[in-house]
Amino acid sequence: MSLRRPYKEQPKSFEFSQTSLDAANKIIANYPKDKKQSSVMALLYIAQRQNDNWIPLAAMKYIAKLLDMPYIQVYEVATFYSMYNLSPVGKYFIQVCTTTPCMIRGAYKLIDACKEKISENENELSKDKNCSWTEVECLGACVNAPMMQINDHYYEDLDKNKMLEILEKISKNETPKPGSYKGRKNSEPENNRKTLTNFKNA
Amino acid sequence: MLEDKDRIFQNLYNDKGSDLESSKQRGDWIDTQKIINKGRDWIINEVKDSQLRGRGGAGFPTGLKWSFAPKEIGARPHYLVINADESEPGTCKDRDILRFEPHKLIEGCLIASYAVNAHICYIYIRGEYFFEGQKLQKTIDEAYEKNLIGKNASGTGWDLDIYIHYGAGAYICGEETALLESIEGKKGQPRLKPPFPALIGLYGCPTIINNVETIAVVPTILRKGSKWFATLGREKNTGTKIFCISGNVNNPCNVEEEMSIPLKELIEVHAGGVVGGWDNLQAVIPGGSSMPLIPKNICETLKMDFDSLIEAKSGLGTAGVVVINKDQDIIKCMARIARFYKHESCGQCTPCREGSGWMWRMLERMAKGEASRDEVSMLGDVTDQIAGHTICAFGEGASWPVQGLLRHFKKEIEKRNNFNPTFDRGKDIPYLVDQHLLDKKNA
Repeated sequence: MSLRRPYKEQPKSFEFSQTSLDAANKIIANYPKDKKQSSVMALLYIAQRQNDNWIPLAAMKYIAKLLDMPYIQVYEVATFYSMYNLSPVGKYFIQVCTTTPCMIRGAYKLIDACKEKISENENELSKDKNCSWTEVECLGACVNAPMMQINDHYYEDLDKNKMLEILEKISKNETPKPGSYKGRKNSEPENNRKTLTNFKNA
Repeated sequence: MLEDKDRIFQNLYNDKGSDLESSKQRGDWIDTQKIINKGRDWIINEVKDSQLRGRGGAGFPTGLKWSFAPKEIGARPHYLVINADESEPGTCKDRDILRFEPHKLIEGCLIASYAVNAHICYIYIRGEYFFEGQKLQKTIDEAYEKNLIGKNASGTGWDLDIYIHYGAGAYICGEETALLESIEGKKGQPRLKPPFPALIGLYGCPTIINNVETIAVVPTILRKGSKWFATLGREKNTGTKIFCISGNVNNPCNVEEEMSIPLKELIEVHAGGVVGGWDNLQAVIPGGSSMPLIPKNICETLKMDFDSLIEAKSGLGTAGVVVINKDQDIIKCMARIARFYKHESCGQCTPCREGSGWMWRMLERMAKGEASRDEVSMLGDVTDQIAGHTICAFGEGASWPVQGLLRHFKKEIEKRNNFNPTFDRGKDIPYLVDQHLLDKKNA
């Protein structure tokens, strides 16, 4: 949970770029006029995307001003939700699910692969400063366990060797193909389809 | 087995594409105007007659929930909120609906919004489902373009706007009032009920909150008739349900099946059987991690529906079936679930905040055989002091799996943790020292 503490070296100032500002205004318009605060979560995402995948304190202050709400409330939201990174993470941010359904299908072997290939500890940058990993709770793809998320992509039906291959690709700065690594279609029972068979290969 | 023609989600595995054209071929958006023109009361009665129960875990009758919304719009607008914050371990059904059947959801939103007098609908998607959310946004844009939603949606004279709100990795936001807090831009901490959201919900306005699957099945029910839906399954447990079968099975999968299907059929036929054969089965968590596990002898004859599972002292929950075979250490499995709840507790109520961590630490030591023999009953005591003493149902959700373990595997724990603390002084007995010191490494 060390990501929940703000990073020691904070930038002095933060401002939305024009594209971020346009995106922010679009989101503010989704909510009633006097309920601007509702867009704080989306704006924190925008700040995170703009700032290499982590949120500095200056960004929270900026958002508080933009939405006309107390800074402490933005801080509360940013520290409550686990998807806001308050410290820098790797360009490739790897999140491995280890909750029970994944665990019993071997998620901790994926963790071993991360330890070998990236860094000994969670949330520690790899030697080439490109990559960091963390254990997370259920990512909601349990029938495709074990699985992990790299930035926005899901990688499913993994084992240690497939994981090592993916990490190898990342270290060469290639983006591996997301989805199932067993060659099955989404969440269908592999080679055992009993339902909706008329549509198969349709 | 349910016949393919009775399956609602024909595109569950994305054989046919999820765009508007192919969705229309499956029957979506056909005669939506006619359905809505039959009126609010007809829709609500039809949903009541179908005996549809909420698919998000609690199983509350959907028609009844809708009827709680005020009949006329007063000074405050009404809202419809769709709960797509699917984070229950073992559950991944909503993800496939968002990816492959989004038009069913959007059409359901229109019908439900009309039934509860809402002009604005928010869909709360968990932040990790970024691509699913983008896909849904595309569907919404497509629907706006074809005037299926928006001003005078589908020619019904009803205006509806649909917006997506992304969560950010908090399990507790699946609780309906925490979800509302989160949409309001606050920490996701549940509110006290009453007042119920149907009267005082989002921004203090009447709000109806439904799960994705519940809303997505409504258009098909209205089209095929409540009688058709009510003939599937059994009394009060009608219709079809997407089951997610994960864990130690040969072919883990999502499958839509009739309610009340025997658990054994679900595992043996659809999921290709337990790894190592049926005799290698140890226990099954029938409805997502919050529900107490069920040992093998009960699994033989168990039927998967709300009421049968309550009789078996468990619950259908979200129908996320996690199969655990004898190669797994059952105490370790439950300790990991306890860690999940410790991580996800919002911290508002003391019994849950402190108790969830306490349960986790005890179970971890029990898995290693480091607990003393009187700690087993103490663990049961802790669960009793959490369940029922918190604002929301998270307290129950966190303690039920542990209670299930104690109910069915107490001997296993006692066998492993048998030393007497008064005689074994050499052992470090952690419950006598500050727990937080031990927890520091993982804090």
